[in-house]
Amino acid sequence: MNPITLENITKTYEKGKILAVDDVSFSVNDSEMFGLIGPDGAGKTSIFRILTTLLLPDKGTATVCGKDVVKEYKAIRGMVGYMPGRFSLYQDLSVEENLNFFASLFNTSIKQNYELIRDIYIQLEPFKDRRAGKLSGGMKQKLALCCALIHKPSVLFLDEPTTGVDAVSRFEFWEMLKRLKNQGITILVSTAYMDEVTHCDRIALMQNGKILDMETPNNIIKSYPEKLFELKGEKKHKLLKDVITYQEAVGSYASGESIHVTFEKNQKTDAEIIKGLKNFLEQKGHQRIEIMATIPNIEDCFLSLTKTEIHG
Amino acid sequence: MIKAEKLTKRFGNFIAVDAISFDVAKGEIFGFLGANGAGKTTAMRMLCGLSKPSSGEASVAGFDVFRYPEKIKRNIGYMSQKFSLYEDLTIKENIEFYGGIYGLTNKQIKDKGKELIDMLDLQAEANKLVRGLPLGWKQKLAFSVAIIHEPKIVFLDEPTGGVDPANRKQFWELIYETADKGITIFVTTHYLDEAEYCDRVSIMVDGKISALDTPSGLKKKYNAKDMNEVFFQLARNATRSGD
Repeated sequence: MNPITLENITKTYEKGKILAVDDVSFSVNDSEMFGLIGPDGAGKTSIFRILTTLLLPDKGTATVCGKDVVKEYKAIRGMVGYMPGRFSLYQDLSVEENLNFFASLFNTSIKQNYELIRDIYIQLEPFKDRRAGKLSGGMKQKLALCCALIHKPSVLFLDEPTTGVDAVSRFEFWEMLKRLKNQGITILVSTAYMDEVTHCDRIALMQNGKILDMETPNNIIKSYPEKLFELKGEKKHKLLKDVITYQEAVGSYASGESIHVTFEKNQKTDAEIIKGLKNFLEQKGHQRIEIMATIPNIEDCFLSLTKTEIHG
Repeated sequence: MIKAEKLTKRFGNFIAVDAISFDVAKGEIFGFLGANGAGKTTAMRMLCGLSKPSSGEASVAGFDVFRYPEKIKRNIGYMSQKFSLYEDLTIKENIEFYGGIYGLTNKQIKDKGKELIDMLDLQAEANKLVRGLPLGWKQKLAFSVAIIHEPKIVFLDEPTGGVDPANRKQFWELIYETADKGITIFVTTHYLDEAEYCDRVSIMVDGKISALDTPSGLKKKYNAKDMNEVFFQLARNATRSGD
C-alpha cells in the first residue's frame, strides 16, 4: 500500500476563477522522501492542505495511509505529522510547553516518544524554558519538527520547512529528515529552492498547479533534452545581451557566475559549437571568453520543461 | 561607494559587529552573507544610516555614517522580498507613494512612473491592486520602485526567494542592467545560489567578515564545488545562533 496517493486532484478558489491544483496524480512509496518542487503559487500548499484533510478537493480522490482524505479524515489526522509553511506554534509558550501541548493533543507524552525526537530535541533542550517566539529561525524549525513528530506519525508533511533558514541549519535539517526516513517514516516535503532537490529520493517539478515531470533528481537531469554550455567572460551584462542574438543557440540566461547557453542535440560536436560561439562573441568585441560543456542543474531542467520565453 | 573601516557595533557587552572593513565599488554587485545571528542585519542598519556605530568609520554614497545619516537615506534604495509594496494600493498608487517618499516632484513622478510602467510592460495592469500581481512581476516592480529616485546604492534583502526560475533570471538581468548604469547593488541573502550571481561576496561569522572574494575565488580557496560548501566550511563553527 502506498502511504500517499493522489488521483486527478483538482482544486480551485474563488468559485473556480483560480485554478490552484490542476488534475494532479502521483503516489509516494513507503519510507520515501518525496519532494514537491516549484515556485510560490505552484499549488504545493494546496496539495499539503488536501492531504492533511484541511481542505476539500473539487475533484479527484486522495488517500493517506490507505484512508480517504474526505471520508476518513479523522483517522488520517491521528496518523500524520504536519509542519505548515508558516511558523504555527504558540509563540508565548516555552519550547517545553509547546511540545507538551502537542503531545497531550495526541494523548501521548514527551517521555513516551522521546526516542524519535531525541537527536533533534537535544539541541533544543538548553533553551527549553525559552518562549518559542524568541527562538532563532533554525531553532523554531527544529521545534516545529519535534511537535510534528511527537505522536509518532507514519507520514510526515513538511511545507517549505527550510524557507528563511540559514544554510548550516538547512543542511542539518535535511540530515535529520534522512534519519527519520531511515526509521521508516514517509516524508512529503516541498521547497521553492531548486538546489535542495538532491536530498529527495524522487521529486515532482510543479508550476501553475501542474506537475511538469516526476522522477529521481538524477533521471530528471539525465533526460535534459538539449546541450548545455557554460559561458564566462568579463562584461557579463554585455555578454548576455550579445549571446541572445546568436541564432544557433536555443536559449541563454544568467546562471550564477556564468551564462548558460543551450543548443539542440544535433550532428555538431561540442568543439564545433564552442568554436562557433567563440567566433561570434569575439566579433562582438569580447575577449578572454571561456566556454565549456556543462551538466545541467535542476533549474536548467525546470526552464527547459516550462519552455518559458525568458527574453519576451 | 561603500567604505567601512573597523566598523563596530556593541550592545552592552555583546559585540554584534566586530571591526569589519570592506569597500564596495560603483556599479558593483556585492553579496553580503552570514548565518543567522552573524551580525548582517546590524551591519546593514549602520550602512543605511539607521543605527549609529559604536566605533570605526564608514561612508556610504560619499556620506559619513556618523555625521550624515539623513543624507545617506536619501541616496539609497531598499527592497525586501518580504515587504516592499502595498498590496492594497494599485501599481500606480505604489509608484506615486514611493516617488513622494523619496522626494520626487509631481512631474518627475509622472514621467518616471510612465517610464517604469512601459519598461515593465504593465500598462494594462497600472490601475489594478498589487495584490493580484504574480510574484515575479511584484519583485520586478518592487525593485524598480526602490530605484525610482536613482539612488547611488540599492540594498536588496533576499530579492528572488520563492520565484520561478524564468522570472528569477529576468530579475537578475534587471539587476545587471541597473549595475551597468552605475548603481551599486548590495544583496543580503540566505540562499547561496543567489550569491553566485554577485561580483564579490563577503561572509560574516560571529560578527566578523571571515571571507571576501569573487564567488569563483572563494570556491577555489575552499576547494568547494559551490557556494553552499564554502559557506558551510566557514559557518559550521560559528558560536552564535540567535537571530
